[in-house]
Amino acid sequence: MKAARILTPLLVVAVMLALWEALVRLWQIPPFVLPAPSAIWQALQGDFSSLLFSAWMTLRISLTAFLLAVIGGVALAVLFSQSRIVEMALFPLAVILQVTPIVAIAPLIVIWVGIDNPNRALLLMAWIAAFFPVLSNMTLGLRAADHGLLDLYRLYGATRWQVLTQVRLPSALPYLLSAMKISGGLALIGTVVAEFVAGSGASMGLAWRIMESGNRLQIAKMFAALLLLSLLGVAIFFCLSALENLLLRRWHESRIEREA
Amino acid sequence: MLTIKDLGKSFSSGVAALENVNLHMAQGEFVSLLGPSGCGKSTLVRIVAGLIAPSSGCVEWAAPPERGGIGVVFQEPTLMPWANACRNVETPLRIAGVAAAERHARAMEMLALVGLENFADAYPRTLSGGMKMRVAIARALVTRPPVLLLDEPFAALDEITRQQLNDDLLEICRKAKLTVLFVTHSATEAVYLSGRVLVMGARPGTILRELCIDAPVQRQESFRHSPQFAAYCGQISAAMREAVA
Repeated sequence: MKAARILTPLLVVAVMLALWEALVRLWQIPPFVLPAPSAIWQALQGDFSSLLFSAWMTLRISLTAFLLAVIGGVALAVLFSQSRIVEMALFPLAVILQVTPIVAIAPLIVIWVGIDNPNRALLLMAWIAAFFPVLSNMTLGLRAADHGLLDLYRLYGATRWQVLTQVRLPSALPYLLSAMKISGGLALIGTVVAEFVAGSGASMGLAWRIMESGNRLQIAKMFAALLLLSLLGVAIFFCLSALENLLLRRWHESRIEREA
Repeated sequence: MLTIKDLGKSFSSGVAALENVNLHMAQGEFVSLLGPSGCGKSTLVRIVAGLIAPSSGCVEWAAPPERGGIGVVFQEPTLMPWANACRNVETPLRIAGVAAAERHARAMEMLALVGLENFADAYPRTLSGGMKMRVAIARALVTRPPVLLLDEPFAALDEITRQQLNDDLLEICRKAKLTVLFVTHSATEAVYLSGRVLVMGARPGTILRELCIDAPVQRQESFRHSPQFAAYCGQISAAMREAVA
């Protein structure tokens, strides 16, 4: 069963690639419209070091933005859980930040923080994209703590700190981990969008490679960069799922294996 | 031990949950509070526990309970799903800042008392309903409180598990000479466990009838089948019908 779960999708991909290769050759599609998988593979090998460098640039900014989004989101949610007034004052601002399309504020951000250091602008944009799911889910999670447990802690005269660390934070953990899976992907998307908007400049991430290859009609290289980008996204999602499983598997309802 | 005087509670919604509740409990007494749902039994327990303040009247203690001096078992086991049985039982001690080694030793002692010494490492989701309730009882007892409040703890359990837990609870309370206020909606359970049964009426909740159960403190299974038991249950059922009517 486990083998089938890995083999079936692999088989589907293999069949699709074979079909792609065959059709490109059969219909003689020009490589600047649709390169064959073999050509993409060659492009990947040929430009491997520069593509890998670009992937590392993109990944580094995504991960930094993601970590800062988690730290900021958790910290602000904890603050919200302690003070209703702070929540009422700041939550609408966070919503406005979230619903305004990142592409629309990108030029401003580039002017404000990105002129002497474009990476800072990329980081800020990726952070904005990744921040809100953490804040929103964590706020909900901290509030979703079992009222019976809260009563119990009150009964024994627990301090606010004890309630926070021993009841509210553990209750919010599943919410946080689920938000992190969303934010991890959003940080990558945010970085790529930011790279597109920031243009060439000093940034040399994968989005920049894609634009560059497009301008030069090196479509195979474009596909190679795209491939690396999806691999990054998959890797981020996989790591965060593994983390979720590791932390929740012993106690959370979602991890219960039921026999049919 | 404790005296409840002219206690009343009305919520901000205008609902009068309790009115003129008077009750005196001697040390070591087992008192059951019986009534239709919504008659304010739980509210009374929460006031005695100090979780909510009464609107009028007061609860007077012979000696004011210190922190952890009242054990409470709620309707639900309310265990922390992320902690195993032993760590759940340790909770009140952890709040009080007791050192880890002593905490663990006392929690294990309590788990043994409720017959779960082999399940110390088990997480709540792997325990049955009855076992979860046993963990909750162990947690309520771990601070060695002189007073125990139970708010319909066995309502969700099947009859056999319930009777078993009744016997175990009686044994534990008798040994530790606990003063117990037990809320239930089962007349047979109340008669079997208590020295005294109070029947409450609803809207506003108040005590309508008081009944002393004249039977040896150490209850035998045969008590359940005695004519005396049936008579008590009959009287209580009659009082309950009056309360609802």
